Amino acid sequence: MIVAVTGIILIVFVIGHLLGNLQIFVGPDWINGYSQHLRDLGPLLWAIRLFLLATVLVHICVTIQLAMENRSARPEPYMDKRYVKATFASRHMVMSGLIVFAFIAYHLAHFTFRKTDPRFALLKPDPFGHYDVYSMMVYGFQNYFVSGFYVLGLFLLALHLSHGSSSFLQSLGFNDKKLNPRLALGGRIFAWLIFAGYTSIPVAILLGLIKPAQQL
Amino acid sequence: MNFRLRIWRQPNAKSPGKLVDYEVRDISPNTSFLEMLDILNENLLRGGEEPIAFDSDCREGICGTCSLTINGEAHGPDHPGAVCELYMRKFRDDATITVEPFRVGAFPVVKDLVIDRSALDRIVQAGGFISARAGSAPEANSIPVPKHDADLAMEAAACIGCGACAAACPNGSAMLFTSAKVSHLALLPQGHPERESRVLKMVQVMDAEGFGNCTNTYECEAVCPAEISASFIAKLNREYARAQFRQRIGE
Repeated sequence: MIVAVTGIILIVFVIGHLLGNLQIFVGPDWINGYSQHLRDLGPLLWAIRLFLLATVLVHICVTIQLAMENRSARPEPYMDKRYVKATFASRHMVMSGLIVFAFIAYHLAHFTFRKTDPRFALLKPDPFGHYDVYSMMVYGFQNYFVSGFYVLGLFLLALHLSHGSSSFLQSLGFNDKKLNPRLALGGRIFAWLIFAGYTSIPVAILLGLIKPAQQL
Repeated sequence: MNFRLRIWRQPNAKSPGKLVDYEVRDISPNTSFLEMLDILNENLLRGGEEPIAFDSDCREGICGTCSLTINGEAHGPDHPGAVCELYMRKFRDDATITVEPFRVGAFPVVKDLVIDRSALDRIVQAGGFISARAGSAPEANSIPVPKHDADLAMEAAACIGCGACAAACPNGSAMLFTSAKVSHLALLPQGHPERESRVLKMVQVMDAEGFGNCTNTYECEAVCPAEISASFIAKLNREYARAQFRQRIGE
């Protein structure tokens, strides 16, 4: 139940973060203004960040503990094991989750704290005096390795969500025989829409559809 | 039909086991899987070898005693149904078939394919009953039960306690079994007075027996010979949350 509730909070963040990021397609003024707006929240922004961090840590700590109990519940493995119904995603939640966590750590260092790319410090403010997030994203994603890791991270996140975004209902005690197959399908569609939404940004940048607003 | 069998042999709980190869020939397609093992055992006995130990009783799918993992699936490839309801016509001629016990830490191997499932009995002993002496069966309509509840309780009561749910679960979780027992009694008026204490105690013993946790893969309901739905696990989650809440507020 703790995993379900923290999972829901994180899903809400994933949706909100996607909507924020997709403003890159509208233009530099939108996304730069949006990120300035977030920074203007000041202490509230940090409260939200700490809340999300705590949510992630609780989600991970509880699931690792459960996963260790699950491992020890079958000390002698099957020589031959076939699954009838359990999906690949549902059986590899720990693997997908931990790689996504590593991705998030890199992603924060890259774009939030800007410690990995020295060029980001050279960017000049945009005409409104906001930090030029738009150009930062474009320069960041022009690197094939950065975009590749991003797509991989998002692929695993979508895999994680394709199980998690409907599984939390069962954990919270909601299961309807008629609705459940549709909710499971809905969860999978949601997860791959998230994947498509996020990866559209590096793909558009690598295809040259979005160009930096300023030269370095 | 001819088959190559790879069967788990283990002299006792303490010694390590291994897969041993056997062959059976001229098996009728209408032989049940357990009868095929009987034929193999006859052959082994004639050759002066130790027969393969495996569990079975009613051989008509209602007792829940047989417990084999065949080609990696609890109760074999013919779902829903127990091993005793599996026929050799389900396999290709000359197929290689792997036979293992149900592998769950809480079900220690006794010998070969025989496992000790008394952990499930201890879960039931923790609360899967009604304390009051109910006497002989009452007049059918003396305690009215809504049709929907009666049907659901009947579905849950179909559980034969074989343990295939825990055997198939990637986490070795017995939630489907426990949820069926908890739901069956929670849905009926006779089970109501102990509704909260029952679910708390049964879940506590289930965890103490070393079963894993549910991650909603639904592998259990796919192999269950009694077709117990995983929606009962959602009901168990509800019952557990409700009981914990009522305990917290001191009811």
